[in-house]
Amino acid sequence: MSAPLLAIRDLTMRFGGLLAIDCVSFDVAPGAVTALIGPNGAGKTTLFNCLTGFYRPTAGNLILDTGGARRELAGLTGHRIARLGIARTFQNIRLFPRMTVLENLMVAQHTALMRASVFSIAGLLSLASYRRAEKEAIDRARYWLDRVGLLSRANAEAGSLAYGQQRRLEIVRALCTEPRLLCLDEPAAGLNATESGELARFLRGLTTELGIAVLLIEHDMSVVMGVSDRIVVLDYGRKIAEGTPAEIRADKAVIAAYLGEPAAAVA
Amino acid sequence: MAAQRLIDAAKAAGITAIMGFALIGLELIDQPGGETLASRWQTLAAAVAIVFLGCLALSAIPAIRVRPLHRASPIFASAGRALPWTLVAFALLLPALPIANRGVIDAATEILIYVMLGWGLNIVTGLAGLLDLGYVAFFAIGAYTYAILATQIGLSFWACVPIAAAMASAAGLLIGFPVLRLRGDYFAIVTLGFGQIVRIVINNWRSLTNGSQGIAGVPRPSFFGLADFTASPTSGHRTFHELFGIAYSPMQRVIFLYYVALALALAVNLFTLRIRRLPIGHAWEALREDEIACQALGIDRRRVKLAAFAIGAAWGGVAGALFPAKQQGFVSPESFGFMESAMITAIVVLGGMGSQLGIVLAALILVGLPELFREFEQYRMLAFGLSMILIMRFRPRGLVSTRRPSVVLE
Amino acid sequence: MAYFLQQLINGLTLGAIYGLIAIGYTMVYGVIGMINFAHGELYMIGAFVGLIGILALGSIGIVAVPVVLLLALLLATVTAGLYGWAVERLVYRPLRSAPRLAPLISAIGLSITLQQYVQLTQGGRVKTLAPMISGEITLMRDASGFAVSLSLLQIVVFVLTILLMTALTLVIRGTDLGRAQRAAASDPVMAALCGIDVDRTISTTFIIGAALAAVAGVMVVLYYGVIDFFIGFLAGLKAFTAAVLGGIGSIPGALLGGLFLGLVESLWAGYADAAYKDVGAYAILMLVLIIRPSGILGRPEIEKV
Repeated sequence: MSAPLLAIRDLTMRFGGLLAIDCVSFDVAPGAVTALIGPNGAGKTTLFNCLTGFYRPTAGNLILDTGGARRELAGLTGHRIARLGIARTFQNIRLFPRMTVLENLMVAQHTALMRASVFSIAGLLSLASYRRAEKEAIDRARYWLDRVGLLSRANAEAGSLAYGQQRRLEIVRALCTEPRLLCLDEPAAGLNATESGELARFLRGLTTELGIAVLLIEHDMSVVMGVSDRIVVLDYGRKIAEGTPAEIRADKAVIAAYLGEPAAAVA
Repeated sequence: MAAQRLIDAAKAAGITAIMGFALIGLELIDQPGGETLASRWQTLAAAVAIVFLGCLALSAIPAIRVRPLHRASPIFASAGRALPWTLVAFALLLPALPIANRGVIDAATEILIYVMLGWGLNIVTGLAGLLDLGYVAFFAIGAYTYAILATQIGLSFWACVPIAAAMASAAGLLIGFPVLRLRGDYFAIVTLGFGQIVRIVINNWRSLTNGSQGIAGVPRPSFFGLADFTASPTSGHRTFHELFGIAYSPMQRVIFLYYVALALALAVNLFTLRIRRLPIGHAWEALREDEIACQALGIDRRRVKLAAFAIGAAWGGVAGALFPAKQQGFVSPESFGFMESAMITAIVVLGGMGSQLGIVLAALILVGLPELFREFEQYRMLAFGLSMILIMRFRPRGLVSTRRPSVVLE
Repeated sequence: MAYFLQQLINGLTLGAIYGLIAIGYTMVYGVIGMINFAHGELYMIGAFVGLIGILALGSIGIVAVPVVLLLALLLATVTAGLYGWAVERLVYRPLRSAPRLAPLISAIGLSITLQQYVQLTQGGRVKTLAPMISGEITLMRDASGFAVSLSLLQIVVFVLTILLMTALTLVIRGTDLGRAQRAAASDPVMAALCGIDVDRTISTTFIIGAALAAVAGVMVVLYYGVIDFFIGFLAGLKAFTAAVLGGIGSIPGALLGGLFLGLVESLWAGYADAAYKDVGAYAILMLVLIIRPSGILGRPEIEKV
């Protein structure tokens, strides 16, 4: 197996007396879909927050392969981690509701555009170099909007979109940052069967065509089983299983965690 | 049904009676030796009666439906494009209009300064969503920078404007750096404190600022360094009316100042309109909408907030440089108190966060109206406070609540 | 040394007054998560009503100090309590679901409105009261003859503060009020579903806070003998500093913060430039918010994503 894109080693997160994540280790392979599943409260979103810099891990390592070097993520601030190529979406959609769909995607390309605007001076003077960068950004936005069928809503206020559209917008907004790793927190929540199917196809497209790695928290098992290359199962903050979808489906510990101990429960 | 309404109204009236007993029913009369009391029971009775009848009237009218927050008022939506240009045209032509006497132009200049301050604060509060209650501090720093440099070193207005902007901006960076990571409420109070500190320091640093007596004799802007607006020439300078071969009139200086203010105000406006389209402007608005999402997109919140704060402060400094000239060449710490800060904040929030037009309208209403109703001068602040409460109650997003997108896909 | 002790005593007295006002801030924040910017004006109203009450009682022949004090306090606390109730009911309650900035702006408008209300009804000039409670106990005298004394009035302030703190703690622990406040603060909807009258809890909190501020106001009338319609602004800001210093949401913290602030201000005025003593309070506020925003007795907040 090739070197992992992200190596999580002995990650631990403690909130006062509560141990939310207990010594969790696994790898996220490049260009593949890794799913993180487990009952509610297992620590999945907490892991995301540690990974993306919203929480500072109590202990452990998060090592990202940035193509040129291997960087330790634990302890870095959130925006720095985002700039290293890790993008995420949120459990409760976080768009910029009063800005348009297009503007949302422009914000995502902030870093590149800021560099081109040279302390906003090139921007204020409307120099050709800045105008070029702006056009590129708009084209990129157009590409992604077209790919998820939101092009017709480009100038609508993000807050006015339907739920499913907002989810799609949040995902392509994350993609506009040109990430190596896309972390999705329950992207299928609230989607019907058709929309979930489209989401699954979309995610597979990301990995096969564009080589973007995806780390996915999800409860919808049809999506998980259909799309994942690898699944990691958490329960009460600990990793209880890891493997291919087929392996996980048959894993006794996983079944017990989701459904309870079979014999004891009935008796 | 009616009985219940009567009981409710009676309860309200009763509460009013108790609340007003001391403060309305009795009155403190200032005597040389202390205070004495006089009674004002008629006034109290009137207040109670008004509350009673008012409650009855309100309960008789069907409930007022508060318009949903995200829908814009039809008046402003359709006026949209025409109104700003009309206002600019009116502003440009004002001195030529028949109603334009000295008082009117002075008032207009004052409104322009407030509009400039509003637009400057708009960058901090309207775009970036940072509630700065101490913005007046930058105004003060700009004003005093010009006053001190002009009276002590003799620098001209035009040389001082960038310096005033730089000083204010530096103050913004200094205070912003530790304070910008604070949450909304706390940030507001701390900036309020900062505004007060600046005023206290100005008041007490007598050697530099002449303390509460203020600085007088601050020179007015010259005609771009070429001529002064005096009746007779001062040493080595030409006079404006000589330069243009016309008779001297004190109005010339007043009108020139008005146009300088107008030009600077339009400069802020153009700057803001342009910067909204740039990545920093987008980042500011995104920060206002959702900071967490910004962080996840790689935006350094701290730096972006600092930029808003410093740039907004710079424009406040520019407005400040203009102030002493408008005040007959005089500046004192009195002009930079809490009320002024509240006024500028009110203009931005009441105008509609981020809306340039809304701020102009709010400034016209909050600063212009009281000028018209001078007889009611003593009720001015009361009306101001009440209008803030009422507008937040019924139109929390301000007068102009639509937002025009800064970039559009064809 | 003696001078220092005197400043200490004076500082604690001032601090007790700040603490009483600060408790109102912290209680309201604890239950609705909002800073009542206009709280300082409730203190100012309490001061005015207290002054008026004292004069009114005098004009009908009641001059016995304990009686006048009690009745004036009663009048001030009831009146200010009603203002606090009205403020919550009319200004803050309709804005509970509004965007964050709206209650804050309203509060500023409210603060201005109340100031102007008192200015228009009672006049903008300073109001004075001849000292009513005189007499002091000399604690010690140092070599240079400087006497450290504890005035009767200062004793009254301390006693009153202790009594009120005790009463408040008993009310909050003994009755359901404290629990209801914490529940309403955590999750108002859930609290309501559990049968807690959230509106009543919030109203009660405002009333109690206002009443305590009113007591502080009456104390200020007696202690300093000088008030005007603008005292609420400065005192409000300082009391807010005290509340934050002690840990916003913590009642003992508010009192502690107040005492600390009073001490700092008194010592600063005594040993450094008195003109800048207010700067000291602001500086403390900023330092606390920057270094330890949760204050002395508060718990650090974790940003939930």
